[in-house]
Amino acid sequence: MSEQQTIAPSPAPVTPSAAMIRTLGIVASICGALIVSAYQITLEPVAANKKIALERAVFKVIPGAASVTEYLATPGGIQLGSDTVPAGAVKFYAAYDQAGALKGIAAEGAAKGYADVVRVLYAYSPEKQAITGVGVISMRETPGIGDKIYTDKNYLKNFEALDVRLSADLKSLANAVKVVKHGTKKNPWEIDAIAGATVTSKAVGRGINESAQKLLPLLVPHVDNVSRPSGRQSP
Amino acid sequence: MSLPGQAVPSLMEEFLEGIWKQNPVFVMVLGMCPTLAVTVSAMNAVSMGLATAFVLVTSCLLISLVRNIVPSEVRIATYILIIATFVTVVDYAIQAISLAMYDALGAFIQLIVVNCIILGRAEAHAAKNPPMKATINAVGMGIGFTIGLFALGSVREIFGAGKLFGISLFGPDFQPWVVMVLPPGGFFVLGGWLLLFNWLKSRTPPAPAGVKVSEGHAHV
Amino acid sequence: MRERIELRTAPHIVQGNSVERIMLHVVLALLPIAGFSVWQYGISAMALILTVTLTCVATERLMNHLMGTPNSLTDWSATITGLLLALTLPPAFPLWMAVIAAIAAIVLGKFLFGGIGNNIFNPALVGRAFVQAAFPVSISTWAPAFSSHRFSEFIPTTLTLPLMTPPDISVWAKQALDGFTGATPLARWKFENVLATPHDFLTGAVTASAGETSAILILLGGLYLAARRFLDWRIPVAVLLSAALTAWAFQLYNPVRFPDPLFVMLSGGLLIGAIFMATDMATSPVTPKGVWIYGALIGVVTVIIRYFGGLTEGVMYAILIGNALAPLIDQVTRPRVFGEIKVKKS
Repeated sequence: MSEQQTIAPSPAPVTPSAAMIRTLGIVASICGALIVSAYQITLEPVAANKKIALERAVFKVIPGAASVTEYLATPGGIQLGSDTVPAGAVKFYAAYDQAGALKGIAAEGAAKGYADVVRVLYAYSPEKQAITGVGVISMRETPGIGDKIYTDKNYLKNFEALDVRLSADLKSLANAVKVVKHGTKKNPWEIDAIAGATVTSKAVGRGINESAQKLLPLLVPHVDNVSRPSGRQSP
Repeated sequence: MSLPGQAVPSLMEEFLEGIWKQNPVFVMVLGMCPTLAVTVSAMNAVSMGLATAFVLVTSCLLISLVRNIVPSEVRIATYILIIATFVTVVDYAIQAISLAMYDALGAFIQLIVVNCIILGRAEAHAAKNPPMKATINAVGMGIGFTIGLFALGSVREIFGAGKLFGISLFGPDFQPWVVMVLPPGGFFVLGGWLLLFNWLKSRTPPAPAGVKVSEGHAHV
Repeated sequence: MRERIELRTAPHIVQGNSVERIMLHVVLALLPIAGFSVWQYGISAMALILTVTLTCVATERLMNHLMGTPNSLTDWSATITGLLLALTLPPAFPLWMAVIAAIAAIVLGKFLFGGIGNNIFNPALVGRAFVQAAFPVSISTWAPAFSSHRFSEFIPTTLTLPLMTPPDISVWAKQALDGFTGATPLARWKFENVLATPHDFLTGAVTASAGETSAILILLGGLYLAARRFLDWRIPVAVLLSAALTAWAFQLYNPVRFPDPLFVMLSGGLLIGAIFMATDMATSPVTPKGVWIYGALIGVVTVIIRYFGGLTEGVMYAILIGNALAPLIDQVTRPRVFGEIKVKKS
């Protein structure tokens, strides 16, 4: 705006900068007030919505769970979840039943599918050292083809006991989760792809593998820390 | 609008302008980005239409209120500031109402800020008219846009899922037309509606020349 | 010095041949292929071919009426579109979807551009592309050929009620023919690494669209039309040659992963596409050089889609891409205007 003054007399009447700044200032303050109040009013319902959405997703992959707590697995141990995820940390959700016993761990995996990123939530059972369920959070795959990843019963069976045991040094999975050609699954850590929806079914496997490779080495040594809902841990 | 020599339109005409004569979707063909992208279901389409209508009405009202104190050099900056504010408000409101809807509409809520209907109306109408007229015109435009989106969304949902507002119309055995929920389906259905509208318009006798000059065509 | 200037526009008229006559002969050349298809797949194929052709003809008549254009049924082009479209659909394709394909072919593919001679894309392929996008599952559901009851019963999916999902035919197909896999040779190559033999293709003992299986009849029909100069022989030759060369190059690079050129030429819809669809006069280039470029482009794109695309078959999209580029090809290969002097560098 200050440029306006340095320019030699222009043919159009020039509005003084002060007027412009004043106007913009007034409008900006009105707008600021509006945004702040909208934020304040919606803060609670949005948080409640997010909680409900999260619980719904987690309860779907961990049947029998009654409450969910968000945690971060960091190289230094387990922390309660926060909005920002520091580098090197992985967010996960611990699900507990009515009595407060740990029912399972849920975490998110994501990988590029046919059209866009496929985001899934998988359930991990520390007891079985296996993945026990999977649910789709978001995807934009071709309807009728890509959506087989949550409708195809045979495919979902892959995730009833998918082996994600850690290797002896606890640094990575003993066997990487792998998606194999339809009909050739031999090992418990393999996923049988869907014929005709190979790309999408592979994306699910890759997403889980990537996430599990990062999360489990951080989580498994400290899994006892989350065996009770937070706040009720004995000191 | 009220150029010398033109008849000053009544409030009713202002209201109806956006619904029929200058319908943003079918006549001005504005705001195609959300029109094609989010209309995979009637619910999404109506939500998007109402969100846009809200931003349109509130920002046109505010712009009309401040129109006399805003120097013309900074008017676009002011409009964008006001529009962005209401888009942010809508963004929070939709999150508070339904996260599922928020996810379905995705980035297109934030993109209302660059929807050319809104800036177009702000510049072409609200900045030149008193609050009452500006608001009525914006309500009409908002309803017209919502109707346009609903027209696309309902057809695409009926063919693409066999449902309307999530209610199944043909029973569980319906074979969805996948193409309808993919981007090409949006173009097909929009083309079909434009065909229908132009055909309807070509059947009605032409209005006396010079009564109304269409405006806002220059926006992309 | 007078050179004979060959002025060619679409439809391409060789002296003495009217559009009607050429089109009629194309229909005649297609009939044996359709007949073979009926013999292979029985009354389901018969119903499919009749439904699609009649719908195309009826839609053409209706569009003539709506758009106020003269009756264009007598030029046989709607019949050809219908026959070709039917022959590119799977024999088990539900009839109600076939009707939609036919309407899409005539309305979207032809009349939106202004009717015969004005269309940019081959109408039959537009129809097929539409149902490929709309019903991806049905268009890749294949039925066994030569099942024993093919003349007394329909394939279960054929008579699906309009708008309804077709039933699963895998159980029926296994009963109808032992060891039926439900996958085309191209799909079997892509996903299972199993190659069909040329013998399978020549006898029609493969899973495919209704009119893709009879390689010999397609070639004979093409030879007949080419011999009578009803089609430009250079286009199919260019398509097949470039597909074979591309396949050969890939095979040289990696013989384990890529199949031999003969498989590429015989499998899927390459033959029928090259001979009957790529040669559509309205949608192919007219300049001598352009014709070769156009054909070669289709061949290369087909092979690339087959090898690296998400789909198993690429002929349809390759021809549509070729159609889209035809005007551009014409423009850049325009022959020298008579009397124009080429500036030579001394």
